[in-house]
Amino acid sequence: MTTTRPNTKLLIPAKPVGIIGYGAYVPRYRLPAREVARVWVGGRTSGLPIKEKAVPGLDEDVVTMSLEAVRNALKRAGIDPAEIRAVWIGSESHPYAVKPTSTIVAEAIGAAPHVQAADMEFACKAGTEAMVMAMGLIGSGMARYAVAAGLDTAQGKPGDALEYTAAAGGAAFIIGPAEESLATINASYSFVTDTPDFWRREYQRYPEHGNRFTGEPAYFKHSTTAGKTLMEEMGTKPADYKWAIFHQPNTKFPQRTASLLGFTPEQIKPGLLSPVIGNTYAGAAIIGLTATLDIAQPGDRILMVSFGSGAGSDAFDITVTEKLLERRDKALKTQDYIARRTEIDYATYSRFRGKIAMK
Amino acid sequence: MEIPRHWRLNQQRYGLVGEVCPHCDTKIFPPRDICPACGQDAKTTFAFSGRGAVFSFTTIYEAPTGFDETAPYTVALVKLEEGPLVTAQLTDLGEAHPEIGMPVEMVTRRLRSDGDERGMLIYGYKFRPVLKPA
Amino acid sequence: MIMTDIIVAGIGQTVVGEHWDASLRTLALQAIQAATQDSGGLKPQVLYVGNMLASSLSRQAHLGALLADYAGLTGIEASTVEAGGASGGAALRQGYLAVSSGLADVALVVGVEKFTDVIGPDLEAALASQTDSDYESVHGMTLTSQAALLANRYIYENQIPAGGLANFPLTAHANGVGNKFAMYRRAIGLDVYTKAEPVCEPLNIYDIAPNADGAAALVLTRRELLPNGFPHPVVRLAASTIASDTFALAERGDMLWFGAAQASILQALQKAGFTLDQVDLFEYYDLFSIFAAMSLEAAGFAGRGKGWELARDGAIALTGQLPCATLGGLKARGNPGGATGVYQAVEATAQLRGQAGQNQIEGARLALIQCLGGPASIAVTHILETML
Repeated sequence: MTTTRPNTKLLIPAKPVGIIGYGAYVPRYRLPAREVARVWVGGRTSGLPIKEKAVPGLDEDVVTMSLEAVRNALKRAGIDPAEIRAVWIGSESHPYAVKPTSTIVAEAIGAAPHVQAADMEFACKAGTEAMVMAMGLIGSGMARYAVAAGLDTAQGKPGDALEYTAAAGGAAFIIGPAEESLATINASYSFVTDTPDFWRREYQRYPEHGNRFTGEPAYFKHSTTAGKTLMEEMGTKPADYKWAIFHQPNTKFPQRTASLLGFTPEQIKPGLLSPVIGNTYAGAAIIGLTATLDIAQPGDRILMVSFGSGAGSDAFDITVTEKLLERRDKALKTQDYIARRTEIDYATYSRFRGKIAMK
Repeated sequence: MEIPRHWRLNQQRYGLVGEVCPHCDTKIFPPRDICPACGQDAKTTFAFSGRGAVFSFTTIYEAPTGFDETAPYTVALVKLEEGPLVTAQLTDLGEAHPEIGMPVEMVTRRLRSDGDERGMLIYGYKFRPVLKPA
Repeated sequence: MIMTDIIVAGIGQTVVGEHWDASLRTLALQAIQAATQDSGGLKPQVLYVGNMLASSLSRQAHLGALLADYAGLTGIEASTVEAGGASGGAALRQGYLAVSSGLADVALVVGVEKFTDVIGPDLEAALASQTDSDYESVHGMTLTSQAALLANRYIYENQIPAGGLANFPLTAHANGVGNKFAMYRRAIGLDVYTKAEPVCEPLNIYDIAPNADGAAALVLTRRELLPNGFPHPVVRLAASTIASDTFALAERGDMLWFGAAQASILQALQKAGFTLDQVDLFEYYDLFSIFAAMSLEAAGFAGRGKGWELARDGAIALTGQLPCATLGGLKARGNPGGATGVYQAVEATAQLRGQAGQNQIEGARLALIQCLGGPASIAVTHILETML
């Protein structure tokens, strides 16, 4: 066991850790971006950020979506839920302002009561923050299994640029010892600054954002720095990774980050889901990871970089193991949920998302 | 506020946890402590698979308080594969029209809130058409 | 062992409908006064109130004392009997027990319901309290949807053609025309039924009895206590029974069989020493047309899955072999909730006395009445007989 830490910016657990099981969830309803354009900009469809986004049903929220994603992860992991010692759920749309999503999920999956439980909030990187915490808990030897999840039912102000993309969905992971893993997490690196590109004040229904300020100084600076630093510290280059996933608030941003870092369109292809499900915020990067794991092969190395406004990026170096092949068919895959699709119009969307004033 | 009467049913509602009779192996939902088949004590908990088929269904257009914002909705009697019938809503029907015999699976969804938007959220089982790999 | 005959000495009822200007207590008083007067002024020692939802609809519980006081009967024994939609029948049974046991000489039974004190989703929620709170209504289940689930399965298993249940409401509406206390006094045609949109598939609005305000009252006594010169043909309560079944619909082993309805009728016939073929009219509990069909089957008038055929073939019409809902039933007279069982007894007594006007069943001597709570989770059956 390591007792003295090497002088590195990387987070490397004392005991190797990995992903024991993973699961995704995307609700069935889709709002095409052209529908938003029809209502708000006279139907102009040039420069639409995505094709369509996933919308939750009237009875769905981060609790119900988390549960399905975690249950899928449990099916793949095949572990006794009573051995889980932490349930950490990242989101910026927890259904309660005060009262954890994580206790409901922990109770429902049978992980309670001998368990840590808390909700994470860091805009779109709350899910990867939960993963880093789980790495620490497992990697320190304090516990054997932990749940880390990130899901959102994101809200965009009606007519705002974000309304085209603010979507629902996400993913969950069971983190555990590397020797039981379907993919090992070799290291992570986080790059965090105080950069106010996007926020939602207490009691406000919709977030505010800095328009073009959200790009260069926020998203691109943090995601490229995190990815670059991770690779420098690991001594790797883009060609060492079979696959890469970058936070995907739209179609173009992850493509550009990939290009800036030297990744090819082929490397990000399986994980680039925002064109068809939108920006699932805390779920955005990690649902790209579940979609990638759905098709990856043992030995494949994966780079994942999240981005959360406010701002920060978590970068992960992951290697797929043989165990993936026997586990990935034990639950529905990310693309199974994406294929399940009911298109809705803006009126139905407005009702589903509570945008019609009832009082 | 009706916190206790919902809270005490968390296990049943979240995970479809019922009972199995240790004497005759009848699976029981909802739990009732006395086996409806053999009349003996039955307090062993049993988690149902959540798989079943629609036994009957109907759609409610004029909903009671607490459900008026989600109307119309479909309620069903679902025959669980372990035996019992359970009352629950069908959800995520999309374009599908429910039918007697339709295979369904349990999901956990928001049932209602306790009172208005200030009240506790009540989660529990619903059923959706079995989601198959694409 | 009952050694004496229990007589329905007085009957009274209000029109069933939307009584915006009348309260629970004023409606009840009207029925009590009518029944007391009809009995020739008998003085009750006990009052049983049949009511289902006053606690939630009128924010009023403790109806026994309230109505004894309001009717000027302060001092007598008084309490409320609740058995869902069968509350009126259950209250009648309490009156029957009190008088037949000899513990009271004269019993007053009043059924009252005031639906229109609450409007909209809160009324649906109050009605849904009749279902299982933990396992049915929390899922948005209502009384109507329970019946719809039954009907859907009944139609599926028995391969009932579209509109197969139509003659239940059509018969009820035809009979409501001649009842001045009925809510609907207008016949409807099959085309009206067929065109109606579903309220709760497969039920449309005509398969569902309308909730309405109403009160009905009965004065019961033993035969030897009838006043001299009692002005009516004497009608006795020949049997009174209650049976129960599983509460939640899902827990019923054989869902398409009203076991409690069957048991209470079998017991009633056995106790009174009658057979089904002696029954001249049947006031069934047609809160939903599917309930009427299944009640006919449970009673033994039709084979399993065949109850609807009695409606199709006209057997339940006033001129048929087994007249049912003879004064409109719940569908046309209206559904006054926990008062229903008392209305049925009032109507059966009127038929047996020969006071049913244009709806009179000629030579009617024996009436079978039954009310149900929930999807026949409770069934209350009474047999009334004209004494010669």
